[in-house]
Amino acid sequence: MDAQTIIARRVAQELKSGNLVNLGIGIPTLVSNYVPAGLNVFFQSENGLIGTGPIPEQGLSHPLLTDAGGKPISALPGACTFDSAMSFGLIRGGHVDVTVLGGLQVDAGGHLANWTIPGKMVPGMGGAMDLVSGAKRVIVAMQHAAKGKSKIVVKCNLPLTSSRPVDLVVTDMAVIGFPGGKATLLETAPGISVAEVMAVTDAELVIPDNIPAMML
Amino acid sequence: MKAVSAEEAIAMIPNGATVMVGGFMGVGTPDRLLDELVRQQKSDLMLICNDAALPGKGIGKLIDAALVSRMTASHIGLNPKVHQQMMANRIVVDLIPQGTLAERIRAGGCGLGGVLTQTGVGTSVEQGKQKIEVGGKTYLLETALHADFALVHAFLADYSGNLSYALTARNFNPLMAMAADTVIVTTEHIVPTGVIAPDHVVTPGPLVDYLIANG
Repeated sequence: MDAQTIIARRVAQELKSGNLVNLGIGIPTLVSNYVPAGLNVFFQSENGLIGTGPIPEQGLSHPLLTDAGGKPISALPGACTFDSAMSFGLIRGGHVDVTVLGGLQVDAGGHLANWTIPGKMVPGMGGAMDLVSGAKRVIVAMQHAAKGKSKIVVKCNLPLTSSRPVDLVVTDMAVIGFPGGKATLLETAPGISVAEVMAVTDAELVIPDNIPAMML
Repeated sequence: MKAVSAEEAIAMIPNGATVMVGGFMGVGTPDRLLDELVRQQKSDLMLICNDAALPGKGIGKLIDAALVSRMTASHIGLNPKVHQQMMANRIVVDLIPQGTLAERIRAGGCGLGGVLTQTGVGTSVEQGKQKIEVGGKTYLLETALHADFALVHAFLADYSGNLSYALTARNFNPLMAMAADTVIVTTEHIVPTGVIAPDHVVTPGPLVDYLIANG
């Protein structure tokens, strides 16, 4: 199983029936592929839709129905559309149960940096700051390390997305939570030892006695 | 509401005007008006819009033609030409969280001085902004945005100027239709008054100044 699949499958297990969920671009988008059959989850697209469906068949797309990246999508029965003030009212107002976002860095206190690398990448924050500030539960889905460098850092040196800490980080190596405000190793990926996780984690991790492997 | 040609409507916009443009990655963007801005070479535009779309698409057409001097937006990452013009000091970009952008426009259209939001507290977005404590929580005061012109794209417009929108092409359009001195609308279809049921009207006709007539 490749890194992205491990992350997406594990994050999908966090979703509960009836949840309103917003997925960011990149790895988070893959999560919708692994929602267990029969689980009734609503996905929001922040350009104004609840009830996003799969990419339509060739020739059946509608130019006025797209995801937040402008790519054609479909809508499921029960879908609804709205303007951007409503869309972000849902997000900031705590009506979105779970958001899954990519990350550049998460630090020991759960703070996320994911929107800019000053001088290199200045794309704009889009909806990320509102999502982290307002969603009921924030899950970061990202690789544990990039080019051998840990993305779980002592303290973010990239600009923060929000002062509100995230709730869970799921990587290709581990699941990390923040009970009591401290980064804590909750699970390891299949075949990965606690020592291996610690070796590529810059932040100090709380290591409980029992750390199960992800059930994928 | 007056029906005019795109040429007549865009001729009213002076160089240097502040212009809101509806749409999200080019979806729900009033393309005929953007094409006409390019044809008439209206320059130094101060745009308020969600994103810069892609080169050759939506707002990207105005960037391609180097007609924009300032852009207030939430996302420019998919249009490398904006970066090039930023680096060359030809365009100033104010990046704003998307929900804050929507609420600042809504406030501008609703007679509010601004809104209080927790989004951006403790980040670079808070720089230079007033912080206000309400009920033990810290908020940023985000001031209202207003424009000289709003360029809006609807799905249906009736002879009275009532508008309805389709699917994800609604986005910022109804908010902007309230927040500018002059509102200019393109639409997929012009229909007789009454075709849009009163309950389905999203933007009331009196907000619309000019509707672009069928060519």
